Amino acid sequence: MSIQEFLQHVANGTSLGSLYALIAIGYTLVYGILRLINFAHGDIFMLGAYITYYGIIYTPIPWWLVFILACVLTGLVGLTLEKLAYKPLRGQPRITILISAIGASFLLQNLGVLLFSGRPKAFPTPAILSRTLIIGGVSVSLISIIIPIVTIIILAILSFIIQKTKTGMAMRALSKDYEAASLMGIDINGVISFTFFIGSFLAAVGGIMWGIKYPQLIPLMGVMPGLKCFIAAVIGGIGNITGAVIGGFILGLGEIMLIAFLPSLTGYRDAFAFILLILILLIKPTGLMGEKIAEKV
Amino acid sequence: MLTINDLHVSYGGIKALRGINLKIEENKIVTLIGANGAGKSSTLRAIMNLVKKQSGTVEYNGTDLTNLKTMDIVKKGIALSPEGRRVFPNLTVEENLILGAYTINDKEDIKRTMGEIYNLFPRLKERSWQKAGTLSGGEQQMLAVGRAMMVHPKILMLDEPSLGLAPLLVKDIFDIIKEIHRQGNTILLIEQNAKKALEIADYGYVIETGSIVLEGEGKSLLNNDKVREAYLGESR
Repeated sequence: MSIQEFLQHVANGTSLGSLYALIAIGYTLVYGILRLINFAHGDIFMLGAYITYYGIIYTPIPWWLVFILACVLTGLVGLTLEKLAYKPLRGQPRITILISAIGASFLLQNLGVLLFSGRPKAFPTPAILSRTLIIGGVSVSLISIIIPIVTIIILAILSFIIQKTKTGMAMRALSKDYEAASLMGIDINGVISFTFFIGSFLAAVGGIMWGIKYPQLIPLMGVMPGLKCFIAAVIGGIGNITGAVIGGFILGLGEIMLIAFLPSLTGYRDAFAFILLILILLIKPTGLMGEKIAEKV
Repeated sequence: MLTINDLHVSYGGIKALRGINLKIEENKIVTLIGANGAGKSSTLRAIMNLVKKQSGTVEYNGTDLTNLKTMDIVKKGIALSPEGRRVFPNLTVEENLILGAYTINDKEDIKRTMGEIYNLFPRLKERSWQKAGTLSGGEQQMLAVGRAMMVHPKILMLDEPSLGLAPLLVKDIFDIIKEIHRQGNTILLIEQNAKKALEIADYGYVIETGSIVLEGEGKSLLNNDKVREAYLGESR
């Protein structure tokens, strides 16, 4: 393998890893606050891509504005999902809410088939984004460069919100103690809604960039990325945002490198993620950046 | 100021409160004493609407608080420092205090109040950048009390502030409660340490299995034979 080829794979792996990271953040944010694995997250990602598709094809709105609106709209869908499927079950055993999440996931998938039809649609990538650049003999699609940059910017904004703003503080407080948080006058429902909005917004960003990179939309497109990003979040330590990003990159780069170095195993690229999950659960169940359970009482 | 009428609360069929009547007057220290499980914490939790009331009302200066959300009750000026401290272990001391003032938007005001609380609890100032989870039990208790004071509560409710503290710290906490009261605050205090609580209280209630069985001025309860026997561990 030439160095050019290798760099090519690195670029591919980095952009795939960034996409995984974006979606994994959504899992981890929601888990951090509600202790809930939002299994419908992958389907929210699918909705983000479809909303963008319809926005570009059927409205005269410029593509960049469609991107933004689609993210906001998907955020609102996520927020509504929480209100309908999870909020009524708050205080119930966690397994109940988990089942509701799986149900919501199936509902969204089948609603997708019904509304968008099961036939694949071609994502209408704006011409300006589908260019390919040649850098030092390595040909890289523009989107492969944009994806990591967008991920880093979003991560920086998110860290700022969580570490420095009052809402972020409320989110962190809520993740430890609901009741004490409500005694501070924190609007619990508001903060949870905000969390779902952000998580779903990021899923839509991921969905749009996924559509540009792999321009074929089907209603089940969220299933495999959804599972993999859940795995990425677990590898990083679920509940931890930095961990989710690291997990996303490990998974993305690992997957691409596996195919690059062992092309005969290409058929097993999805299995790779699950093997990694089993390994991490055996060796370090709390994930790479997972919080220690023990705390001073 | 705060009036509780015929309050009933039950948890899954077990009656925790069986018709409590309580009055808290402005600028007073009122204490609620009783054994474990008598219903002291349930009373405070019902006032904050952290538990569902079966019946009864909570009224504050003419406003009905019975069905308000916890966050709105906080906005009305009632703060609870809950049993077991419940500080946010993953947040710094300073962040815990800032969250205490969550409903206040005036940044200057928050800064000023934080200064006052640091004066009251110098230990917290030394540790302002430390995660609250790394503080000692006594320091966490100070933080819990300070955090509840950040909203300038008209009524400050303290649930077992001396629980699990070394005797020297217990004295500190009670001195601080007196100081908070001296600054013009109304306090509803729950304590296992009945003697110390009655000593500083203007008025006291004795609660037994969900009902008020005795009430009166702090000093007179302190001299009441029944109280002395049951709660102060003195024999007749």
